[in-house]
Amino acid sequence: MSFFGLLARNRLALAGLVVMLAIVVLALVTPLLPLADPDVTNTADRFKRPFEENVILGTDHLGRDLLSRLLWGGRLSLAVGFASALIAATIGSAIGIVAGFYGGRTDNIIMRGVDMLMAFPYILLALAIVAALGPGLINALIAVAAVNIPFFARNIRGVTVSIAHREFVDAARLSGMGDARIILTEVLPNVIPVIVIAMSTTVGWMILETAGLSFLGLGSQPPQADLGSMLGEARSALITNPHTSIVPGAMILVIVMSINLLGDGVRDALDPRLRSGALSRPMPNTLVRRKEPVPETKNSALLALSGLKTQFHSNGRIHKAVGGVDLRVRSGECVGVIGESGSGKSVTALSVMGLVASPPGVITAGAANFAGQELIGATYETLRRLRGDRVAYIFQDPLTALHPLYTVGEQLVEAIRAHHLTPKVEARNHAIGLLKSVRIPNAEERFDGYPHEMSGGMRQRIGIAMALANDPELIIADEPTTSLDVTVQAQILSLLSDLRRERGLAIIFITHDFGVVAQLCDRVAVMYAGRIVEEGPTHAILNSPAHPYTARLMACVPELGRGRRELAAIPGQPPVLDRLPEGCAFAERCHKAMEACRAGDISISATAGQRAVRCIDPKFRATDAVR
Amino acid sequence: MTVALEVTGLSKTFALGRRLIGPPRAHVRAVQPLSLTIKKGETLGIVGESGCGKSTLARMLAGLLKPSSGQIEIEGETLNAADSPTFGRRIQYVFQDPVSSLNPRKTIRQIMEAPLKHLHRMSKEAREKRIAEIFTAVNLRLDFLDRYPHEFSGGQAQRIVIGRALAANARILILDEPVSALDVSIQAQVLNLLSDLKKKFDLTYLFISHDLAVVEAISDRVAVLYFGSIVEIGPANQIFTKPRHPYTKLLAESAPVVGRPLTAPEGREIELPDPQNPPQGCSFRARCSRALGECGFESPDLVRVAENQMTACFNSL
Repeated sequence: MSFFGLLARNRLALAGLVVMLAIVVLALVTPLLPLADPDVTNTADRFKRPFEENVILGTDHLGRDLLSRLLWGGRLSLAVGFASALIAATIGSAIGIVAGFYGGRTDNIIMRGVDMLMAFPYILLALAIVAALGPGLINALIAVAAVNIPFFARNIRGVTVSIAHREFVDAARLSGMGDARIILTEVLPNVIPVIVIAMSTTVGWMILETAGLSFLGLGSQPPQADLGSMLGEARSALITNPHTSIVPGAMILVIVMSINLLGDGVRDALDPRLRSGALSRPMPNTLVRRKEPVPETKNSALLALSGLKTQFHSNGRIHKAVGGVDLRVRSGECVGVIGESGSGKSVTALSVMGLVASPPGVITAGAANFAGQELIGATYETLRRLRGDRVAYIFQDPLTALHPLYTVGEQLVEAIRAHHLTPKVEARNHAIGLLKSVRIPNAEERFDGYPHEMSGGMRQRIGIAMALANDPELIIADEPTTSLDVTVQAQILSLLSDLRRERGLAIIFITHDFGVVAQLCDRVAVMYAGRIVEEGPTHAILNSPAHPYTARLMACVPELGRGRRELAAIPGQPPVLDRLPEGCAFAERCHKAMEACRAGDISISATAGQRAVRCIDPKFRATDAVR
Repeated sequence: MTVALEVTGLSKTFALGRRLIGPPRAHVRAVQPLSLTIKKGETLGIVGESGCGKSTLARMLAGLLKPSSGQIEIEGETLNAADSPTFGRRIQYVFQDPVSSLNPRKTIRQIMEAPLKHLHRMSKEAREKRIAEIFTAVNLRLDFLDRYPHEFSGGQAQRIVIGRALAANARILILDEPVSALDVSIQAQVLNLLSDLKKKFDLTYLFISHDLAVVEAISDRVAVLYFGSIVEIGPANQIFTKPRHPYTKLLAESAPVVGRPLTAPEGREIELPDPQNPPQGCSFRARCSRALGECGFESPDLVRVAENQMTACFNSL
């Protein structure tokens, strides 16, 4: 959605924008309006009430027209506020960018200076600056800008640090650009949204600060009016003639309020996380909206998925992430799910326990039966009892799966006690036992360690220990070794394999690596564009893949020990999930596609030897047919 | 044999806990002094696990990081200062993550023009022509030029990044995990493209990856890095099949291969050495089953064990 679309969706920000625009227009046309001179005194007419004779807002203690002073003063206050925001943003951002870009000692010296500036109470600092420069509106402007420079410098430095270490900055360097050019053309455009956000949230504050200085008599000098000095002059008559204070006070309130509402709206609309909708809190379960009749599962397996469809609905588009998956996992069996990114393998796994974030995820069809219990559409309480108890997950990135502020021991104990009323001591002993079973050295010491103190392999073992905490019947492992080094991966895989044998675990192992599948899994399902295209015993499929996609995917993965060679790449790209083609999703990239492939749905059909394939012209090796 | 790149005694030490005044609190040696020669037209693969210093080495070679010691000689010319433009004309870098190596706020045309403008000062027409040439070479359509990076898939973005590296007209490319962020079917496309480009433009590659199979498939020679030093270097077709260093053997046996039963090739309670307190002697000793007494005192030098193959081990296989 566009920036203005997002802004307009926020009612308060829109109201702020309208009020703000009205005030700005008023300030701009003030010189054209038939107003009395704001500075002409007429003591005979002092303290007139609003609407008395023909003065709309009354007069002040010197008989000056309040409406005229309000408009001229508001104009001045706005101008000073915006000017000081602009100056503070420019200087502060420049400091922040330089500090963040160069880093090291430059950064250290600049930021310590900024810290010192920040250590003074702002009003004291502003007073000191004005005292040194002498009272006057321009000096007040300088003081307010100076006081706000640290805010910008710190904000922008943080953003710049993260951008200066991105690869495109290195690439720009290798393209022959100098530092100045890199700062201006590579870093600055990426920092501007943050500067705008910081400005929009501080303009209101700066108008208040300027008003504060003027109120103390250090800003605009008589007879010139700004909102702060109007308040200051009205102070002595606060009780007797409150309207002289209320008029500028209300104006300040309206200006600052509208700017802040607008600023918050701008911030939210520019925030990339908010734009993608990621900040909206997901529901505890994936939304289920099944229109088709729910398929009946006669389940002899531990887990049976039938016709599972999961979609993502966002911005009027429907991404069919999972388009009808049937999968059976027996007790103690390890089933590999293999596929590329976007093939729907992870979404399938998350759908089982209703863990797909909603919004935007919706399960639109199908059933998932776990040990006789229906999971799709089950209540949150039912799913919560199963999650982590009888069905556990291991995720790809152990660092994000573990909470950084709790020790691994606390997290393990929590995982146990969430499901079983065990005394703490017992849970602790159980947790240490788990750490030992995943072969963590010095388990007692590690129990009190934090996730960041451990290596990636160690953390993934903690993830596995947590999955084992309640002796689950099924573990769903989503690329658990992808982010690990090969030697660590080998250790983790052999650990999983042993645990599975010892405990009779069923495992769904999601991966994109044929080597891993070959070593660990009994059966394998290959997914493409949200559907299973081939399924069967691992050795059979790896020996003679029947679906062209499986065959070609295997061919394009280099295998160790075969030397230097050309790889048989698959041309083209996987289809976009919100515009899936009719018929076979792979037809576009398939060398043997024919007309029939692009017409109508192709069902998955069982073949010899417990195999199934979704292709109208599957290829089996002769030896297979005999077997 | 012409030498494309020669490195002597190159090392990098990072300071930890820098203070405003005075020396830093600690040092970490990311790359031990190492020497390396890459022939013209060769592909040298560098493998190693995370933290072994392969990216630090690569960044020094591209002039993006100032070495702590040592000398880099590119095409016969010594380049000591980390001076990117001089490096940029001779050596270019392809990063792991194609998305973050393209500035999200620039069009592809602006990105492609940068090296032509700043390194070669080409006129507008010449730039136009050169970009068209390069885009044909990396199989991209010219109408992509006016789009922004987020509109591209990983594979396309990586082609653009490779195109930018070619635009600089450098003869040496450092490919730092160029395919590990891509899907397997796209990986093969990019790897094949790299081989084609190498033949077409007579390039020299330094190919860094943690994936042994990918490195083996694309490289002529492979160097194995462990804890900041080269422990073994040899021809790609024999280094993993006939490893001489125990660490290379461990790596090769750990890679999951279809048809090989699952085994954990080493004990499970192994922890890697701590870079802040490097062990005395050979850094692999604690994980090594063949360690001798002398491995604890002295770190072995790289010695020739076969034609083309060198290894740093007192008790090599």
